[in-house]
Amino acid sequence: MLNTCKSFFLVISGILVALFFITNAFGASEQFKGKIYNPGMLKPVDSKTKLKAGMKAPDFTLPSVTGEKVSLSQFRGKNNVVISFVPAAWTPVCSDQWPGYNIARNIFEKNNAVLIGITVDNIPTLYAWTKEMGELWFPVLSDFWPHGAVAKKYGVLRSNGITERALFVVDKKGVIRYIDVHDINKRPGLEILVKELEKLEK
Amino acid sequence: MGRKTKIVLIIMSFLIFCVQSVLAAGHTPAKGEAFPNITLPVPEKASEMDYLGVTGKGSLMISQIKADLVILEIFSMYCPYCQKEAPNINELYNMIEKRPDIKDRIKIIGIGAGNTPFEVDVFRNQYNIQFPLFSDESFSVHKTVGEVRTPYFFVIKKNADGTNILVYSKVGSIQDPSQFLELIIKECDLK
Repeated sequence: MLNTCKSFFLVISGILVALFFITNAFGASEQFKGKIYNPGMLKPVDSKTKLKAGMKAPDFTLPSVTGEKVSLSQFRGKNNVVISFVPAAWTPVCSDQWPGYNIARNIFEKNNAVLIGITVDNIPTLYAWTKEMGELWFPVLSDFWPHGAVAKKYGVLRSNGITERALFVVDKKGVIRYIDVHDINKRPGLEILVKELEKLEK
Repeated sequence: MGRKTKIVLIIMSFLIFCVQSVLAAGHTPAKGEAFPNITLPVPEKASEMDYLGVTGKGSLMISQIKADLVILEIFSMYCPYCQKEAPNINELYNMIEKRPDIKDRIKIIGIGAGNTPFEVDVFRNQYNIQFPLFSDESFSVHKTVGEVRTPYFFVIKKNADGTNILVYSKVGSIQDPSQFLELIIKECDLK
């Protein structure tokens, strides 16, 4: 009898705990319905960057979804740059972070900033995924091969080969001014980034 | 207190917490069901207060909005579908505002699930949205209506006794705004 009670208690507990986690999901766009792979809750940060504000941002050249190659150094002396690493295509949070930036174009432009999106996914995957977001005004780069080489340079490659959800603000001189290696499970708020952009020389 | 009792108490507290969260998540109201009387802050802009027919400061319940019908959109500034739909909802708003017979009877509000006031402003400015949008930064309204996908439209009929009934709901685009308007007028028996 006691054992039956115990098992009953365990089963009920299990169901409640599971429901707790299911109901703590976040807002999801109908756009991606049935197309998003949910990896569940991940370790918030799984790498340690050696870069700090005030250091020169490591240069890189990566292929973009639209075919051309984009280098960080091409913006030197011209624009401030926001580098947005997101963990992976077709996952929650990532799938709505860039569409948000997509309608904030004037905020970036007002601060003479360009945005560069980077993931470690390959070009065909990024092509299909970003198509779902509508027309993006900023380049999306693939750090697929050699796998995550740029993410590694920036110290944001996680142990399983995806990247952190990280933002680097680089000024016109190529100097890092702000780093946010965010909790991978959460979307960084837009206003913090805007405040950092407003501090920069235009 | 014995160690075992302590452990049992801790487990029990966690379970109670889980039960609360599950209950708090709420279920998505279906057609004909009561719609929860959610509380929103009174907008700061005079034009928005006028639109909703509310005065003063503090909070506002759906039942206090001066209208027979409230179209409530759950959106997110980050949701591409909501972005695509925004001009369509503006068209619906303009259509209603141009019709003297329904202008004072149907009101639209938007609730930005998980969006900060700043993010809601970005959305409002991008699409030049004239009807009131509210920030639901903590997802509290979103949880109350069962964590729907976005955009999600609830058409709520207000009863004389202060209760609200859901007369229509839809996930995704409302499609043609004029057809949508005719449909909800018919569903609500609004004459």
